[in-house]
Amino acid sequence: MNPDSSALEHTVGAVLVVGAGIGGMQAALDLANSGFKVYLADSGPAIGGTMAQLDKTFPTNDCAMCIMSPKLVETGRHRNVEIMTLAEIESISGRAGDFRVRLRRQPRFVDTAKCTGCGDCAAACPISRPDEFNAGLSQRKAVYKRYPQAIPNAYAIEKRGEAPCRDACPIGQRAMGYVALVRAGRFADAYRTILEDNPFPAVCGRVCNHRCEEACSRAAAGDGAVSIMRLKRFVSDWAAAHPDALPATGPASNLSPAGANGRVAVVGSGPAGLTCAAGLARLGHRVTVFEALPVAGGMMRVGIPAYRLPYAEVQRDVERVLALGVELRLNARVDDAAALLAPSGDFDAVFVAVGAHAGVRLRIPGHDLPDVLLATDFLRQVSLSDPGAAAGAAAGRPSIESRRVLVLGGGNVAIDAAMTAVRLGARWVGMSCLECRAKMPAHDWELRDAQEEGVALFPARTFKEITQQDGRVTGVYTVGIDFRGFVDGRPDFDELPGTEETIPCDTVIFAIGQRPDLSLLRGPAQSGGAGGNGRPVWHAATLAGALPGLFLGGDAVTGTSFVVDAIAAGHRAARSIAAYLQARGAGPAIWPPALAERTPAPVAVLSADEARAQVVSRSQAARAEPARRPAAERRRDFGEVEAGLSEAQAVEEAQRCLECGICSECLQCQYACRAGAIDHEQREQVVELNVGALILTPGLQTVRGDIRPEFGYGVYPNVVTSLEFERMLSASGPYAGQVQRPSDGAHPRKVAFIQCVGSRDLACGQDYCSSICCMYATKEALIAREHDAHIEPSVFYMDIRAFGKGFERYYQRAGDEQGVRYVRSMVSCVKQAPGSRALRVLYATPDGKSAEETFDMVVLSVGLAPAPGTRELAGRLGVSLNRFGFAESPTYAPAETNVPGIFVAGAFAAPKDIPETVIEASCAAAHASRLLAAARGTLTREPSYPPERDISREPPRVGVFVCHCGINIGGVVKVPEVVEYARGLPNVVYAENNLYTCSQDTQERIRQRIEEHGINRVVVASCTPRTHEPLFQDTIRQAGLNAHLFEMANIREQDSWVHRADPDVATAKARDLVTMAVAKAGRLRPLYSQSLDMDHRALVVGGGLAGLTAALAIAGQGFAVSLVEREDVLGGNLRHIYTALPATSLPLESNDSSRSAPQALLASLVERVSREPRIHVYLGAQVIGVAGYVGQYRTTIRFHDGRTEELGHGVAILATGAQPGTPHEYLYGQHPAVITQRELEERLAGPAQDRLELPGKIVMLQCAGSRDAEHPYCSRICCTQAIKNALALKERNAATQITVLYRDIRTYGFRELAYREARAAGVRFLEYSENDKPRVTPAPDGGLRVAVSLQPDGEQMTLDAGWLVLAAGIQPEPGNAALGQMFKVPLSEDGFFLEAHAKLRPLDFAADGLFLAGLAHSPRFIDETIAQANGAAIRAVTLLSRKQLQSAALIAAVNPRLCAACGICVETCPYSARVIDEEKGYARVLEALCQGCGACVAACPNGASYQRGFEFKQVFSMLEAAIG
Amino acid sequence: MSESVFEPRIVAFLCNWCTYTGADLAGTSRLQYPPNVRIIRLMCSGAVDVSYVLKPLLEGADGVLIGGCHPGDCHYQEGNYKARRRIAILEESLKGMGLDERRVRLRWISASEGALFAETIRRFTDDLRQLGPNPVRTLWTM
Repeated sequence: MNPDSSALEHTVGAVLVVGAGIGGMQAALDLANSGFKVYLADSGPAIGGTMAQLDKTFPTNDCAMCIMSPKLVETGRHRNVEIMTLAEIESISGRAGDFRVRLRRQPRFVDTAKCTGCGDCAAACPISRPDEFNAGLSQRKAVYKRYPQAIPNAYAIEKRGEAPCRDACPIGQRAMGYVALVRAGRFADAYRTILEDNPFPAVCGRVCNHRCEEACSRAAAGDGAVSIMRLKRFVSDWAAAHPDALPATGPASNLSPAGANGRVAVVGSGPAGLTCAAGLARLGHRVTVFEALPVAGGMMRVGIPAYRLPYAEVQRDVERVLALGVELRLNARVDDAAALLAPSGDFDAVFVAVGAHAGVRLRIPGHDLPDVLLATDFLRQVSLSDPGAAAGAAAGRPSIESRRVLVLGGGNVAIDAAMTAVRLGARWVGMSCLECRAKMPAHDWELRDAQEEGVALFPARTFKEITQQDGRVTGVYTVGIDFRGFVDGRPDFDELPGTEETIPCDTVIFAIGQRPDLSLLRGPAQSGGAGGNGRPVWHAATLAGALPGLFLGGDAVTGTSFVVDAIAAGHRAARSIAAYLQARGAGPAIWPPALAERTPAPVAVLSADEARAQVVSRSQAARAEPARRPAAERRRDFGEVEAGLSEAQAVEEAQRCLECGICSECLQCQYACRAGAIDHEQREQVVELNVGALILTPGLQTVRGDIRPEFGYGVYPNVVTSLEFERMLSASGPYAGQVQRPSDGAHPRKVAFIQCVGSRDLACGQDYCSSICCMYATKEALIAREHDAHIEPSVFYMDIRAFGKGFERYYQRAGDEQGVRYVRSMVSCVKQAPGSRALRVLYATPDGKSAEETFDMVVLSVGLAPAPGTRELAGRLGVSLNRFGFAESPTYAPAETNVPGIFVAGAFAAPKDIPETVIEASCAAAHASRLLAAARGTLTREPSYPPERDISREPPRVGVFVCHCGINIGGVVKVPEVVEYARGLPNVVYAENNLYTCSQDTQERIRQRIEEHGINRVVVASCTPRTHEPLFQDTIRQAGLNAHLFEMANIREQDSWVHRADPDVATAKARDLVTMAVAKAGRLRPLYSQSLDMDHRALVVGGGLAGLTAALAIAGQGFAVSLVEREDVLGGNLRHIYTALPATSLPLESNDSSRSAPQALLASLVERVSREPRIHVYLGAQVIGVAGYVGQYRTTIRFHDGRTEELGHGVAILATGAQPGTPHEYLYGQHPAVITQRELEERLAGPAQDRLELPGKIVMLQCAGSRDAEHPYCSRICCTQAIKNALALKERNAATQITVLYRDIRTYGFRELAYREARAAGVRFLEYSENDKPRVTPAPDGGLRVAVSLQPDGEQMTLDAGWLVLAAGIQPEPGNAALGQMFKVPLSEDGFFLEAHAKLRPLDFAADGLFLAGLAHSPRFIDETIAQANGAAIRAVTLLSRKQLQSAALIAAVNPRLCAACGICVETCPYSARVIDEEKGYARVLEALCQGCGACVAACPNGASYQRGFEFKQVFSMLEAAIG
Repeated sequence: MSESVFEPRIVAFLCNWCTYTGADLAGTSRLQYPPNVRIIRLMCSGAVDVSYVLKPLLEGADGVLIGGCHPGDCHYQEGNYKARRRIAILEESLKGMGLDERRVRLRWISASEGALFAETIRRFTDDLRQLGPNPVRTLWTM
């Protein structure tokens, strides 16, 4: 299907692997080790996939993390694997060998290069989220690491986008941020977050028009926005009351220490001016604020009455700005702004923000009477007179006591004027305006307040004249109008005849608008020298004015607006002026510089439905309403009308926030991170990759627990899914490995496992078998009992499908010896007993009886489905899926897809367990490697280092670097003390401390120190060597030192983090650990790995399906293969397989039945092998001797005629197959009607098929050579084989009566569909027991009688059978033992070859260079064998593709003088890396094979063996240092 | 450590793949345990030489802990079984040498058992406090 690489014009030596679970990692490592550049993309923030979540793995009960974490680390540090997290494919173009892939990468908001994984950010984060890794059973923070061992070892921030409240705010106030902190009771932190964007929290907490609340999703949900403004006021009030609790540091963002020292004048001390001043002062500029009035604050101070905004609150905010070092000059009117500018003036820049303080009056008759006032003047005079005074006359304040006041205008200012007049003791106050009541610009609540205080409203009127008598106002003559709005700034209305009315009053206040006084912009400052039109020259984006250095902003240029808009202008001015000053410093005046705008973030808008759904999990409380003074009381003085929220109210109100953005952007993480790794400004990126092939391993998801609602998941707390239970069992899980009921934390005794939830279930569209659930339930039951021996697990199942290698024994032991009870049944429902948490499980047994049992806890064994998003992924790539959404591979081409160059592996192809996933991943890697063989090695990178310094004649000179790790170590361990102490240790010539020893700049520092001080051994005291040793080794190697002249002291994970309460003992321990490391360092020697020659030829033993496939796969990648077959013909067992499952029983969307003919497959393989010049076939030959080791094997084969030949090879694959079983019972061999399934298949499809006469009744008997005392394993294929043959029989003659006697039907995966089809076709399935086997007797008619005892009740039944067909199973090759001895590889208990590791190294032998595939490994199907053979091939190619082999450096060695050649080490070594050199009389280490475990060293009775890097002297020196 | 309260000194040999990783996880999880242990990392518990246990005991350490992978989990297939056999024999010999075999402890702790590691150190420290100082130390200082 894939073109041969030589046919491609251009081949790219890189592969994109999508999905970084165990399969993705395996494929990536296989390819990277075969000479390809690999991009490993995952949609999550870390690699590891589902396996990382598992506690243990079956059937060995290995700790999943223990076996996986070396693979994680290897993947993470492989120089040719580039991990791309949070990435998804957007589109693809090109063709096999040369694809272009666009990858969309979501922002992580954490710089992985800087993040040290310390977790300080998470400790500071106020947002909690359900922890997916713990299946939602615990909480994590919005900034999180998926799991402790995650690679990359870096945090990520989960953000849906910018919260709508922040988006709506002109200054981007992080409203959700401080709301979240209020909820957490962290008011000081909240204050800091507010100040980040807003220098006026006291003001904006009171008088903001809070557009945030209009945008609030809680408002969309229909129960009132979060009271964001009032929360701000609460925080501000709290801060005022707790000055000592506030953090000393100000906002962190915008801080730039770039030596800014400009001189800036700000004219006007309103919000725009002071915000600008604060921003510039923070950058280091010197700022002087000129204010014409005697008070600072502008309109905030003299425009807004004190009952709304007390003067003290304004002053509080103003003083915080001044505290930044801003100089304020009061009573300092500026008449000529340009005069301030250098060179004539003192300033490099001037910001004019004088506001709009001049009132406007209508030119109607009487407008100039003495009692006609302007609202701005009126309010200013009041506010300047005597801030504290209540009603009553005060100096400079207009006296309107007992007067009748009519305010003309309908906006906020008019209201302020009216209500101020009320407080000053006016006898009557009214308001009149153009707009009708409903359209008045003042807020409705303001109008209601005013009316409550007795203000009369006269809306929808135009004012014609202010009437007078003797120069004193008597009223305003008005006419009612139909007001339509403003057109070009002019009111548009019709007067309504007959509505004329004079409103009597003696004082009139105009509140119809304000304008600025810009007389300070004269001449060139106003017009830019080009002749102006009366309006100032002004650039809206940069706020630049007409002269270089002159800037304008706020109400003065935009017209009256809200405080928050003025603050926004102040921010803009500060940025603009800073940019101007910087540009000016860099050279000639460049103006105006473009401002770098912040890249907008997507807004996290919740729909009304989403919002309502969110409300469910939040506080249900209504919006908090603060206390307000009653109208009668408040109208008497200027005291604040509205009280603040109480602390309890504030916290409760904050709990109403729906957290639209997830991350609240409160910046607490940024403050906490000493490494500077947090970057909230990261944005989505699209990267384009050029790769030759893709491998898709996106993995799986478990089906939802409520897929069968009758089991009560989500309703009853003690019904959990198997994944949840897995996390409960995990020592690192939510309950620290305690088995607990979620409802009450009690330890359950009776636990029920319900199998096939979302599997084998047509009703919920999941009619396939999920393959792994029987085994994982067994595992979970066993582990639960391991944790707590009182637990009584019961597994409710239909068939136990223990079909894999070692599974049957595992299952048998669980049931027979380890207390797991298995109940064959169909569960109908689970009910919680009323008034208790006990769960009643109702089920039916196979004999139709109903039963019921009560449990403490129920675990649903949920099935597997393709991971979310895979359907879309496949759609974008054009990859066909089957009807369940799994990737569709041709039957005999596992890992291939319909798209050349795109391969699949793992649970995306079908539900499968870890070893099958690993095998298939290797298979996919083999396909990619073969496709791209021409480009092997073209894109990979080898490290380059300077030559090593010879230190052999130098005394040890140790340099010690002690890490603070921010506060992770330094907050507990007294690092300077440790450094001082280290300086005094023997051999130490230099010691220093670092904030982060792992940071990029410290690496450079270490290199310099090595050079400066002649350091030849380096000790780093920081975190764990498991993650960081390679980094430092690389650093010292770059500095010319051998990488092994390095030692680490783990003073974080094993000291500061575990002894936090006692800095003294932690410091003492750190001293000890450093002493130990220094002691060892003094004895370190350079270590080198050996280069070993590689014979680039492979040997494949066995010419069956596995051998043929493996040989072709290796040869296809350009390496020579010797294929040795014992028989005189190729093909092995495949020669006897004629049929496949009918296409009708496959879930395929595309029909590929043409490719599912086994004999055609065989013919094609044999033909391709014969055409392949790199494969040399040796027929009729057997291996009789093996010498050598990886890279250098010499294997002797002997032909039938006794001739021998020696074959050289670097690697070998053992694919010696297995044998069909030969039954010893059921009259097999004694009665002609008893045959095996294989014989039946031959009759049905073999050469003589046409002459076949079928009997009317056929009985099939399963497990006639499997799962018994003699063969305690399952042969895996027999159930499917029987069903295949039964369907073929039915096809020939539908009337044939077929009965299958079985113990469990093990049609796992999609094979389940064939089982269903067979039952539908009328095949009868009856269960028998191994303890009561069927009895077969000859019948008089030449047929047979089969007497069977039916399960579970033992009912006797006798069947007539024309044929009895036995499932004879598969038996290991008897020759395995001899071959195993020659290659020094072990056999399993059952006589199959034993792989290096059942889960993660299923194709490798423990000894390097030897691999296995096919039935020699264990019974399996054709497609599985093909996957294994291809996988074994790429495993071999990872070695064959190397020019030379490198041994490990930390390996064993022998001192020949002490060696007695006793041979104990040879027996001890599990890798056959030890041999006795008979000639020289001592033991040797085969360095290519040694894995460096040190077992031989400990076993050596003479002390002749030692392990490099762990020599006795080195370990003893540490011991001495430790004991002290 | 004050003179009045006896604080045992423990040396621990931990295998790189399971127990050392478990000890790291105890740290990552911020589990607190007594500061009495000094850890020496080896690749495998099977590499723990008899002298590694004897030397500290003879030189005054109060306890020696060996940590390896659970049975079946060994990164090197069966190193932990070798350790188990070796320590079993050693415990017998210790008795003969007049040393208390309770001062040597072999434990299987996996990479995900940070809590078990912390608990093991707590227990061992407590037990050694009960047991009192290694008499070898007293003898030698006399």
